[in-house]
Amino acid sequence: MLDRLNAIIESNIFVHILLILLLIVMIFPVYYSFIVSSSGRAEIYDRPPTFTPGDQLMTNFYRVWHETDLPRALFNSTVFSLAVTFGKLIISLMTAYAIVFFDFKLAAPVFFLTLFTLMMPVPVRILSTYEVVASLGMIDTYQGLILPMIASATGTFLFRQIFKTIPNELAEATVIDGGGPFHYLFYVLLPLVKTNAAALFVILFIWTWNQYLWPLLITTSSEMRVVQLGIEGLIPGGGQLPDWSLIMPYVIAAMVPPLIIILGLQRYFVKGLIEPNK
Amino acid sequence: MDRDKFKFPNRILPYLLVLPQIVIVLIFIVYPTFESFRMSAYQADAFGHGRIFVGLENYIDLLTSSGYQQTIFVTLIFTLAVTFIGLALGLMISLLLNRKIKGLSFYRTALIWPYALSPAVVGAIWMFLFHPAYGVLTYISPVFLNWLERGSHALILLIVAAIWRNLGYNIAFYLAGLQNVPQNLLEAASIDGAGAIGRFRKIIFPLISPTTFFLFTMNLIYAFYQIFGLVHTVTKGGPGGATNVMVYSAYRDGVTHLMPGFSAAQSVIMFVIAVGLVYLQFKYAQRGVYYA
Repeated sequence: MLDRLNAIIESNIFVHILLILLLIVMIFPVYYSFIVSSSGRAEIYDRPPTFTPGDQLMTNFYRVWHETDLPRALFNSTVFSLAVTFGKLIISLMTAYAIVFFDFKLAAPVFFLTLFTLMMPVPVRILSTYEVVASLGMIDTYQGLILPMIASATGTFLFRQIFKTIPNELAEATVIDGGGPFHYLFYVLLPLVKTNAAALFVILFIWTWNQYLWPLLITTSSEMRVVQLGIEGLIPGGGQLPDWSLIMPYVIAAMVPPLIIILGLQRYFVKGLIEPNK
Repeated sequence: MDRDKFKFPNRILPYLLVLPQIVIVLIFIVYPTFESFRMSAYQADAFGHGRIFVGLENYIDLLTSSGYQQTIFVTLIFTLAVTFIGLALGLMISLLLNRKIKGLSFYRTALIWPYALSPAVVGAIWMFLFHPAYGVLTYISPVFLNWLERGSHALILLIVAAIWRNLGYNIAFYLAGLQNVPQNLLEAASIDGAGAIGRFRKIIFPLISPTTFFLFTMNLIYAFYQIFGLVHTVTKGGPGGATNVMVYSAYRDGVTHLMPGFSAAQSVIMFVIAVGLVYLQFKYAQRGVYYA
């Protein structure tokens, strides 16, 4: 009995069949959202359902572009994600550089303080962070959305780990050549950590793009809304029938930028996910 | 070891370099967290003009209310289901992928990409697919999830959506972990008569346990916090509080119900859990702190 089970599990055909089933499970939900995006408003309710693209794709995307806040929301999400991602990269690079390559009393306290923020994600300070941002007059502004997000324990930790493995000779050579700390940072360190920074960029960009609670708290007007919040805004409450031929193109638009990043920079993504784990 | 590390002699520069991080951490993260503790000891007075000090009353009210007990229960079910089912599926699929078959890199790519989808996107798609009235999966599959009216069905829908989204992430890590299992060890076991199941139990599973611990922690954190976007988009905590998880409950009590003390107390409870999660993370996942 067990032998037969083993034999079935080890056959390649079995593997391919399982894999194809799995691919269907992974792809079908998104494929069907695309089908809905290309269908007319009423066709969605046809029974039996159709699984081939309709001819309304351009119409639906034209509608969602002009009848919803999609262009503005995409713009806001892009500004938010790029600013937070680069902010996190720059700030954590600076912190890690100071901690590893300078002798100063606060090096250890700064590092541990930064790490402690891992215990303080937005949910543990929902109203109090809102009050701080409000008291600075930054509710519903880009500054309010971006600034509080750009501290990064992950980035600081990662860059510190990498910097610690860099041999002293590189810095000593820089000093002998008459270079200072900035020369060392820009011409020696940065080229060395380029790949790690790219990997971190992919992960941070996706993470920021997909943030929900934070923009929900900090933005109030529709002009400041990010694309994640726009989806919920299109789904009416109280049993009304949602216009899925409008919602699904919006959903597709919301998923395309991180998908481009993850597929285009997949090499770095896999590297960033897996290599620090070794 | 740190003593021997090369150091630049500058005195002021390091302080300038860490200044931005410190300012942001203190103002926007550390201070508000302490403020959560303080707020949790107050209640808004009946006229909404000020706050009255109530000590631990918010906590007592919370932990004795059947609503919050349900919230804790639902959070526990959701988090554990997403973590355990997600890991088991991820491991099974990775074992299948981890062999020399045609089109492997295609399969990997095709499985990993949903990691880029947000909880809100995933939520919108799955609520549509399983809509009780017109969902296409409701129509073609024998599964009927009446998530609009039945609490347990709503919770199942969220669990399915959350697992589906993170499956690629789990697979990516398990595949990397499986590559570290020495092939000759498996071949030797094979010669000694161990079947696929035996090899898995005796060799593979113990050798990839570091990956399992890492993924366990990361999935717990994902299921505990990132569910917010899913709940807010799809169920709004309903029906009947069946999906009112801790993160959503703290938000709703604070922002919608205007009960700051009550919400802050829930934030503090989540802080205690966060400390536990970070402890796990550093114990098991210290070399890959990747949830930003």
